[in-house]
Amino acid sequence: MASSSSTARVRRQLPTSPWLFAAPGFLVVGVFILYPFVSTVVNSFTDRRTLIPGEFVGLANFRELLHDEMFWIGLRNSTLYVLGVVPALVLLPLLLALLVQKNIPGITFFRSAFYTPVVASIVVVGLIWVWLLDERGLVNAVLEAIGVGRVGFLSDQWLLLLSAMAVTVWRGLGYYMIIYLAALANVPRELHEAASVDGAGPVRRFFTVTVPAVRSTMVLVGALSSVSAFKVFSEVYLMAGPDGGPAGEDTTLVMLVQRTGTGLTGRVGYASAISVVVFVVTVVLMLLVLRADRKEET
Amino acid sequence: MSVLEKVRPAEPPATTRQRKGRRRITDEHGRRIRVWELALRYLLLLAVLALTVGPFLWQLSTSLKGPTEDIFSSPPKFLPGDPTLHNYRRVADTIPVWDYALNSLKVAVGNVVTNCVGAALAGYALARLRYRGRKVATLVFILAMLVPAESIIIAQFTTMRELGLNNTLIGVVLPGCVSAMNVLLMRNAFLNLPYEIEEAAFVDGANAWQRFLRIALPSVKGTLAVVAIFAFMGAWDDFLWPLIALSDPSKFTLTIGLNYLHGTFANDERLVAAGTIIAVAPLIALFACLQRYFFRGVGEGAVKG
Repeated sequence: MASSSSTARVRRQLPTSPWLFAAPGFLVVGVFILYPFVSTVVNSFTDRRTLIPGEFVGLANFRELLHDEMFWIGLRNSTLYVLGVVPALVLLPLLLALLVQKNIPGITFFRSAFYTPVVASIVVVGLIWVWLLDERGLVNAVLEAIGVGRVGFLSDQWLLLLSAMAVTVWRGLGYYMIIYLAALANVPRELHEAASVDGAGPVRRFFTVTVPAVRSTMVLVGALSSVSAFKVFSEVYLMAGPDGGPAGEDTTLVMLVQRTGTGLTGRVGYASAISVVVFVVTVVLMLLVLRADRKEET
Repeated sequence: MSVLEKVRPAEPPATTRQRKGRRRITDEHGRRIRVWELALRYLLLLAVLALTVGPFLWQLSTSLKGPTEDIFSSPPKFLPGDPTLHNYRRVADTIPVWDYALNSLKVAVGNVVTNCVGAALAGYALARLRYRGRKVATLVFILAMLVPAESIIIAQFTTMRELGLNNTLIGVVLPGCVSAMNVLLMRNAFLNLPYEIEEAAFVDGANAWQRFLRIALPSVKGTLAVVAIFAFMGAWDDFLWPLIALSDPSKFTLTIGLNYLHGTFANDERLVAAGTIIAVAPLIALFACLQRYFFRGVGEGAVKG
């Protein structure tokens, strides 16, 4: 951050002009982010509906959550999503980054190609995989050809959730790969050389040199991917359908927010209470990951 | 040429000609790579390539298969027997796909313009102008960045209702039209500029607006490009917010239209496939043209955390 003493001299300006510069940004962020945030919290204590202003009901919404089976299903699925997706997204993109790190001919092409799923919109990705994992789709055709037989990826509650996780991981590979590539570029090669001289093989070097060197990036990837995994919506919505698959068993929390809070009969107050839970859990996830990082450093 | 050349500028060329005249492949440290290791590397690369790009090609292939062709054949046929663009015409007959694409384009371009202008202005104010409350102003944007969009989506919906903007494309653009993240990205870019270049203009009597427009802004074109690319992709790809904000099918963006197509006509995969290709092709083209800025941007973002 550049803050030298000479900065004080750049001061000739109207006292209002900084605020004019920042005004559009403040306006948008204030009206469409901060105000909605405050009203989410306020609404969570009311029985507001889309067309009815609603009244203060205290903790009634939160008490209702405790007995709402759908809420627990959503919380379970969102949590499982984090547990399933995050380890894969911390590890696999690192391996992929190591694979594309060396500057061999054509590597630029491979790097770009591996990034394609990130570029493609999530809806496109979701629909492609719905087609691939269909009962009559390509994956099942291959499985049948090799004698495994057809698998109901999209009809079984657990397989569907697993498939959605796989799609999230598939789409995240390229994104986190690039983050790891930048981190790997900063690993001093002397470390690898020293380890090689000491007779460490590639696997040994991976654990003794690479992993410690990119550890803070792993924490960053863990934080980013856990927060976004907990808020998962599109993949599951597209693969399981708006109602969350068989008997709604694949509903995630954000799907529940969308389903409860929208439409003319939307329970805005109740959906806001679920939103508050989503917010609190994401903040806790962030803090947990960051704390784990700090602990290991000391 | 490496996509990360800015990060690792000192690399020797990937291939060097040795004295014997034989081409040898070397790694980034100039050491020779053994042939079997190289072969293994390419084998793995090709495997990952099949896994990441294969699904798109399969979708493209499906979209080109004619109505008489069996798309469920076992073993699967990877190349369409008699390639046809018929399905693309049929998508357009089924849903107004070009209107949806136009809506998406309007939203995406709107998002690019507002983000570039708004984030550059606010970023400059945060980084370069001196005033009381500057730290608080920065904090406001940091806090806004930390609020997950998914957790305020219902309140955004009611806010938009209060403003009478639901079910309009403007309503789709507004919540993300100056993202806090982009403001902070621009702030960092401006902070990294040396003060000296602005001081000269200051001594010459240039006011804040002139310094911003003539000197600071041209120096942060790279970051501005990154903001533009992310704003475009973010808006083009967004699903949850347009799904909530739009109810009138004539206003749908492409992502919502595709979901609608999938829901209504799930029985003909050729149509859905053609629709997804229409949605993804412009992005892949854009990405192919701008991939250099793109990777640099993602890399920079990661380094700065």
